[in-house]
Amino acid sequence: MEEANKYVKQLTQEKYKYGFTTDIHTEVIEKGLNEDVVRLISEKKEEPEWMLEFRLKAFRHWLTLEMPTWPHLRIPEIDYQAISYYADPTKKKDGPKSLDEVDPELIKTFDKLGIPLQERLALSGIAVDAVMDSVSVKTTFKESLREKGIIFCSFSEAVREHPELVRKYMGSVVGYRDNFYAALNSAVFSDGSFVYIPKGVRCPMELSTYFRINAINTGQFERTLIVAEDDSYVSYLEGCTAPQRDENQLHAAIVEIIVNDRAEVKYSTVQNWYPGDANGKGGVYNFVTKRGICKGESSKLSWTQVETGSAITWKYPSCILSGDNSTAEFYSVAVTNNYQQADTGTKMIHLGKNTSSTIISKGISAGFSQNSYRGLVKVAEKAENARNYSECDSLLLGDKCGAHTFPYIDIHNNTAVVEHEATTSKINEDQIFYCNQRGISTEDAIGLIVNGYAKDVINKLPMEFAVEAQKLLSISLEGSVG
Amino acid sequence: MLKIKDLHASIDGKEILKGINLTVKPGETHAIMGPNGSGKSTLSSVLVGNPSFEVTQGSVEFMGKDLLALAPEDRSHEGVFLSFQYPVEIPGVSMVNFMRAAVNEKRKYHNLPALSASDFLKLMREKRKLVELDNKLASRAVNEGFSGGEKKRNEIFQMAMLEPKLSILDETDSGLDIDALRIVADGVNKLKTPETSNILITHYQRLLDYIKPDVVHVLYKGKIVKTAGPELALELEERGYDWIKKEMGE
Repeated sequence: MEEANKYVKQLTQEKYKYGFTTDIHTEVIEKGLNEDVVRLISEKKEEPEWMLEFRLKAFRHWLTLEMPTWPHLRIPEIDYQAISYYADPTKKKDGPKSLDEVDPELIKTFDKLGIPLQERLALSGIAVDAVMDSVSVKTTFKESLREKGIIFCSFSEAVREHPELVRKYMGSVVGYRDNFYAALNSAVFSDGSFVYIPKGVRCPMELSTYFRINAINTGQFERTLIVAEDDSYVSYLEGCTAPQRDENQLHAAIVEIIVNDRAEVKYSTVQNWYPGDANGKGGVYNFVTKRGICKGESSKLSWTQVETGSAITWKYPSCILSGDNSTAEFYSVAVTNNYQQADTGTKMIHLGKNTSSTIISKGISAGFSQNSYRGLVKVAEKAENARNYSECDSLLLGDKCGAHTFPYIDIHNNTAVVEHEATTSKINEDQIFYCNQRGISTEDAIGLIVNGYAKDVINKLPMEFAVEAQKLLSISLEGSVG
Repeated sequence: MLKIKDLHASIDGKEILKGINLTVKPGETHAIMGPNGSGKSTLSSVLVGNPSFEVTQGSVEFMGKDLLALAPEDRSHEGVFLSFQYPVEIPGVSMVNFMRAAVNEKRKYHNLPALSASDFLKLMREKRKLVELDNKLASRAVNEGFSGGEKKRNEIFQMAMLEPKLSILDETDSGLDIDALRIVADGVNKLKTPETSNILITHYQRLLDYIKPDVVHVLYKGKIVKTAGPELALELEERGYDWIKKEMGE
């Protein structure tokens, strides 16, 4: 038994293979948050006046807000003055460098994460924007995409190069008044990605952003803005990791998506921030506001998320179905182990006629973790013939963890058809023993069973990510059954 | 092949096996019969290392190794197979993925490279025929929605895939109609080689018409109380277990 415990301990501690730190000179501004800090960030990014104004308005609004207390989460007090709001690993001590030159240390870091920044080494068909701490390090295939009229660049570059697009859409889906973290992000956001797909263009590559936190005692606040014009299509992927540290780190992002007539956007996330150790020490607080609007008629937006990391997750990728005949989907697998907490789900707001939405959520809890699904399906008065199907399943491993479902349904039109199904199940010992008898170890058995359980969601991911996600699910639960 | 000496085992502190002695040689088929609650299924569970049972005394040697010291998955890799009385359903896990994990784990244990996808599928096709399992069944989730007969056929299919040295068939005949029983028994017989052994756990003579045992044991109250040739099974079929209980002085 002693041996077994040691083994379990070893596994849970070793499982996070992205926990390394890159030793690189990083320009970090002083800790603390006030108007001067907001001005400093804007200055560092050489932003136009309107952007600074936006930030200041958001900051002043944030000062009036309190952290939300309604989630089923226990969030330790966060000292917003103890965080540094800007860390730039691309600034060398010895003077400025040209933008095209990327520090070999950074290239090495992303190589280690499996994200080659040299285009010739890239995974086939995937363009990457690599963001470390507060800065976009490099965006690949930018030029070849540009030939098709597609804009794929860092958010900072978009502010400089495409101010008309940024001004038009930024804050149009998630306003700075939306919530506490959205206001904070709007005040201090540093980088992120910008995607613009022109009319009638089908993006030939998967676009992706890889977010990496490296610097200690900093927060990462990125923004992503995706605009799909009429009859366009894009599939976008997001991945995230962070070093293994005893201190908690804050990540508060905003993602906004605008989908016009007959356009389709697929947004997939594999979230693997450092979850903290087996005793709940350390880990990233992931407080994210993601929302898209199906603005055009027959437009389509689909969110797929695999959430395995973070000490605390607070995240509800949502859709506003305002275009007639528009469709929205939310597919989620959220895994919590040890002392992780997740409160995640979606909001489907039906405004247009004949709109339909699908929600498939699979929660997996192990250890001492708490895993909640929270979802809202709202059908407005004028949304004739709205249709929603929701399925929320919870799987429990062990008897010290919790699974919760908070579905809200708010219907103002009698023609709506809304279905909700929920199940809770446990992996039973008989299933595991059956696998053992066939020569499959307990760890592998749990991996098989959990992947089988999450299959419907994993299958929605682009192939390369599906394979990664499968491995990730098994790794995240290693040591969860003793 | 298998040497069980004075095996005692209990569940929740209650002793079920009270000193089992049994030796199975390569190539032999043994039938273990006995009334309900005599410990037949406990014996099979203990041999494959089901953690619900605690071995309190005795030893089990398999191919010269201390079987009780091995983890359940290693017992499988060493060649011990149990056809479960009640095979469990594992929703969402396809038979292909399940079997591929099982076969490749075993190969890894024996320092063999993993089978390529095409070799593996070929192997599946070949073995499937043995128990007349159709293609659709093999692509479904493990035992999910299978009928009783299909589940038992699926057990024998897995046995064919893993090629064990010792197979324990725990009431494989229960819940089968005559046709399914014939298919399952045919499968077991085709898999039999002079080096492999079977232990059949059953209530009825019926299965033994199809799979001929070399030795028949009667298990009663946690002990083997009678051992004889195949004729013993016929006698039990005719006379029931009462005369044995009487012989035991009850």
